[in-house]
Amino acid sequence: MALNGISFAVEKGEIFGIIGPDGAGKTSLFRILTTLLLADSGSASVDGFNVVKDYKQIRNHVGYMPGRFSLYQDLSVQENLEFFATIFNTSIQENYDLVKEIYQQIEPFKTRKAGQLSGGMKQKLALCCALIHKPSVLFLDEPTTGVDAVSRKEFWEMLFRLKAQGITILVSTPYMDEASLCDRVALIQKGSLLSINTPTSIIREFKKPLWSVRADEMFKLMNELKNDPLIESCYPFGQVHHVVFKTQANSKEKLEHLTKQGNYNHVEVKPIEPGIEDCFMALMKE
Amino acid sequence: MKQFLIFVKKEWLHIWRDRRTLFILLFMPVIQIVLYGFALTNEVKNSKVAIFDQSKDEATTVISNEIAASRYFNLVKNVYSYKDIEATFRKGEIRMAIVFPAGFRYDLLHSNHAQIQLIADASDPNTANTLTNYASSIINDYQQTLHPTEDLPYTIKTQVRMLYNPELKGAYNFVPGVMALVLMLVCAMMTSIAIVKEKEMGTMEVILVSPLRPFRIIIAKTIPYLLVSMLNITSILLLSVYALDVPIVGNLWLLIAESILFTITSLSVGILISNSAKTQQTAMFTSMMSLFLPTLLFAGFMFPIENMPIPLQIISNIVPAKWYFIIVKDVMIKGLGFTAVWKETLILISMTAALLGISIYKFKIRLA
Repeated sequence: MALNGISFAVEKGEIFGIIGPDGAGKTSLFRILTTLLLADSGSASVDGFNVVKDYKQIRNHVGYMPGRFSLYQDLSVQENLEFFATIFNTSIQENYDLVKEIYQQIEPFKTRKAGQLSGGMKQKLALCCALIHKPSVLFLDEPTTGVDAVSRKEFWEMLFRLKAQGITILVSTPYMDEASLCDRVALIQKGSLLSINTPTSIIREFKKPLWSVRADEMFKLMNELKNDPLIESCYPFGQVHHVVFKTQANSKEKLEHLTKQGNYNHVEVKPIEPGIEDCFMALMKE
Repeated sequence: MKQFLIFVKKEWLHIWRDRRTLFILLFMPVIQIVLYGFALTNEVKNSKVAIFDQSKDEATTVISNEIAASRYFNLVKNVYSYKDIEATFRKGEIRMAIVFPAGFRYDLLHSNHAQIQLIADASDPNTANTLTNYASSIINDYQQTLHPTEDLPYTIKTQVRMLYNPELKGAYNFVPGVMALVLMLVCAMMTSIAIVKEKEMGTMEVILVSPLRPFRIIIAKTIPYLLVSMLNITSILLLSVYALDVPIVGNLWLLIAESILFTITSLSVGILISNSAKTQQTAMFTSMMSLFLPTLLFAGFMFPIENMPIPLQIISNIVPAKWYFIIVKDVMIKGLGFTAVWKETLILISMTAALLGISIYKFKIRLA
């Protein structure tokens, strides 16, 4: 995936989210920053080290958890952790505090082969392995993809604890709801950055009226809404449609008129506060 | 150092936990040695012959018995006419026929001149030649027994001594060759999947972003396989001595040391292949295809290198198996010491250093 004109700075000790759909270029970005890929042009530095020139220092200091489960499936939980501790010239005992709360959850299975763990446990182990050498910067490429809702929540709680320890965290995710958990987020789409800001500021920048509409014939409704000249965009959002108007004027009347004209039943129309996903949809259109 | 040891341990666990592969790695050489050792041979043994005896006297009986008793021949049939001989050849039942004319002994004793006709199937010229030579020498032996004391004036007798292998056993030539072939294939195949496996499983991505350096990764990956290979060397030598009857004349430890050296060379070939291959299948296939034929052709045990055109002779020099084959023959069969093989040893050492050097240099420190 080609990245184009990307520029950003991450503060020390913050959780920085890279949010974007599949294929947006998140993994390529992470691989460039972790010195695994060379960019065609431009420069980047991590923890003060240049990703091309000082790649050895970066490799000694950062923690990287790839999107795909990349531990040794035929080694046990404990063997994997021991291996990664040792190749970073440290030991499990030395940095046990850092991983304790996560590791305790998988410790009952420490003799189990990593390949036989459940998805959530695999991610916890991978996080332990990426953390065991007390990295200055932690790169997490889609750590919660394919993980159940409870494990996702637990995983984010761990990230907050790590942040409290002063570790800078770069995390990518395709889930919009996770964006609001980051200190700052970068929205990325087709290799370009759309916006970088705190989640609240991104939402604050959304000024247009936003409505939630619900009726019995959702598909037909969607087509009608999309074709209306006053409406900027309309997209499905769970059970309802989100409708963005171009201007403030008469939006409520317009929606009521439309639904009445089309003989819809069970019509439900209400104004809503924008979420990060609405902002992303709007930014994508621009 | 701890970093290095844990990597070796990790590699060892991969091998140890994959029991099926370990089993294949240990038993493949055994099967190959037995298979190639017995099948890949151009030795003439138990060739089927027929005898057309028109004389049936004392002399022809003795000669016939000598032929039948020889381990080169297997007397399968007595025939009673020339037509029969041809028919038997056509059916492919025999490789050679021996024809005694009528009154063989009478002629021999009275006119001092008797004839025997040897008819050989020359569609395979080498075998036909060998067979007629063996038969002639048996007949000559008989002739000698007729006049044991009589010295003819002015005769030149050639006295042939077959050094190192008096019984002209093909195994003496083939076993070192098969050792070279099997060690090369098995060892190269083992390591050829070692690095590419990490790429395929995605684990390469993680160990690249670590303080591990290519040099250590590569050396650490070869060591556990070296242990497996030592077991293979042991089983191959035991089979050579006890199953294929090829004794170790020279120093056993020198032979083992040289074998370990060659093993390291082969493992390095595998590492080099693994470095550039994209998938485990490609790696395995490349190591099989690109090593089997050159080793078979250029090691020197199937086809004498001296008889090849000059360009091929030059190419043969880059085949490690050629040098190992020379070393094994010198040490195992001829019983020579290190002074005789130091040059070949040095060549193998330099090849290994070069292969490992290229592997480390070409090791991809990034993903693409």
